[in-house]
Amino acid sequence: MSHKLLTLSPIDVVIIALYFAMVIGIGIYLKKFTKTGEDFFLAGREMSSWIAGLSFVAANLGSLELMGWAASAYQYGILATHWYWIGAIPAMLFLAIVMMPFYYISKTHSVPGYLKLRFGEEARALSAITFGVMTVLMSGINMYSMALVLNVILGWNIHFSIWASSLTVAAYVFLGGLLSAIFNEVLQFFLIWLGALIVSILGLIEVGGWGGLVKRIHQNFPGQDYTHLWRGLDSFAHNPMGIQWTGIVFGLGFVISFGYWTTDFLVVQRVLSAKDLRSAKMAPIIGSVFKMALPFIVILPGLLGLAVLPFKLLPADVANGAPNYNDVLPLMFARYCGPGLLGLGITALIAGFMSGMAGNVSAFATVWTYDIYRALMVKRASDEHYVAVGRWCTVLGVLVSIGTAYFVMQFQSIMDYVQQLFSFFIAPLFGTVILGMLWKRATPAAGFWGLLAGTLSSIGMWLWVRFDHSALRYIALSPYARDMAENMYRALWAWIICVLVTVLVSLVTRPKPVSELVGLVYGATEIPSEGQISLHKRPIFWAAVVFLVLVVLNVIFA
Amino acid sequence: MREGHGFISIWFFVGLLLAIYGLMIVGTGLYEIGSPPAHPAVLSELRPEIWWGGLLLAFGLFYLIRFYPRKR
Repeated sequence: MSHKLLTLSPIDVVIIALYFAMVIGIGIYLKKFTKTGEDFFLAGREMSSWIAGLSFVAANLGSLELMGWAASAYQYGILATHWYWIGAIPAMLFLAIVMMPFYYISKTHSVPGYLKLRFGEEARALSAITFGVMTVLMSGINMYSMALVLNVILGWNIHFSIWASSLTVAAYVFLGGLLSAIFNEVLQFFLIWLGALIVSILGLIEVGGWGGLVKRIHQNFPGQDYTHLWRGLDSFAHNPMGIQWTGIVFGLGFVISFGYWTTDFLVVQRVLSAKDLRSAKMAPIIGSVFKMALPFIVILPGLLGLAVLPFKLLPADVANGAPNYNDVLPLMFARYCGPGLLGLGITALIAGFMSGMAGNVSAFATVWTYDIYRALMVKRASDEHYVAVGRWCTVLGVLVSIGTAYFVMQFQSIMDYVQQLFSFFIAPLFGTVILGMLWKRATPAAGFWGLLAGTLSSIGMWLWVRFDHSALRYIALSPYARDMAENMYRALWAWIICVLVTVLVSLVTRPKPVSELVGLVYGATEIPSEGQISLHKRPIFWAAVVFLVLVVLNVIFA
Repeated sequence: MREGHGFISIWFFVGLLLAIYGLMIVGTGLYEIGSPPAHPAVLSELRPEIWWGGLLLAFGLFYLIRFYPRKR
């Protein structure tokens, strides 16, 4: 952490300072518009599909997104794109078309809130507590990653970076709640794109387009395949990720991806802020278009690093002060960006970090206030009281996250840690929510026990491999599986266990009467017809278009 | 969004920040024509500050004017 990759000029510092001033200014401006709980926690449910869609994607752009996946692209090549395409797009379209009507029609404030309506208080309490723990841990990781990046890139003090950035986020979410978070996420979305896109454009000009890029990578790394999406996934030993296609398709593309994009309240909360059902369905579809394009500013710089850097980067744990994989994006900024553009690029990184943090903090405040505090502690209080609790919960969430940031400093692999959290909490939750939405017979007891069994079994599998490494052959189906592959398969098993337990318990316990499932479950809910809307305005039409583009892209880069 | 409720549109804020950034970056690019830096970035001869900053400025001005808060 001692080297410093970039030196900012005064104009760059002014650009970064202006950004901080703007996000705080927006928070102050919006405070007077967030008086009720609906305003503070769900931005008044009056967002357009574009605002909700951009916010939906921006909230996912945490610290790991820009730096981490550019580093992964340098390490694994174009394989990292799977996390943007098959690992995101089908799930986002599924959320839009299949699941959104139930979330939206039920008028729930949160995903745990949906579980309360569908399964009862026990399932809600369990999911709210696990979500709270996961969100705070994720938020801490976000903060630590940002502080680490600012320390490495600019030489800023790591403690100053943690406190300055997190208190800025706390201030604007405290003031304007989700409304302020969404406003800033839209702003951050533009800054991220405009700050990072210039690197990809100039990089492609330098190497002579995609063909030139592939040629240079082959010259620099003969015998290694960094430019094909699916070739090499036939075996664990044939690709640098140590994963097989089943792990990518079922572990990532199904369980992890569907779990994250359809049940992680951090992203679902943005869509719940939409003004009507059609906007709520269109928001993830709009978000999916930009998600599909993100490899152009995240993966491409990593590949450009393989092609144009005059030296090879090393893994972070063996770099010993020399440039490592995580430095690839800052190095590309340094290569192509002079004063002004460099400030814009660093602002893009900071904006990415902040949008991810704000997403975690605002989701935490909502789940804590509605699903823990109001559900379990103070059941009857005024709306003003809950808004005040939500505001202070923002500060509490940030402070706990700062503590977590110091806690995660001791972990070597941040990305691995994040995937572990997803497999513990998100994979089983997806099993519970999807059965709850699509199967009327799923009973309240089954919802709780399925979720508990999935979560505990996932943690149990993780502990098993930690204590006995040979167990990897059972969990990940191969002794050659790497950490990422282990996480994918553990998530898959946790989901299967959750679904099996939910089904078995449902068969021996009493279901809710259908009259209590209206608005919550497929077959008991009347979904508003879109028959009178012209084809080009229907969400299903645009979902089909996006899916077709996804297939074409996978074929082109196969 | 909620302009009808007295909000200034988010697009106005986006336009404002991008216009300021565009102006600053174009200004830096023009200044560097007269006094080139000692260690120029790769492809700096293409003057990316000027055309990318110009794009930001145009984009920002469009949103700034289009969503400028007017009294009702």
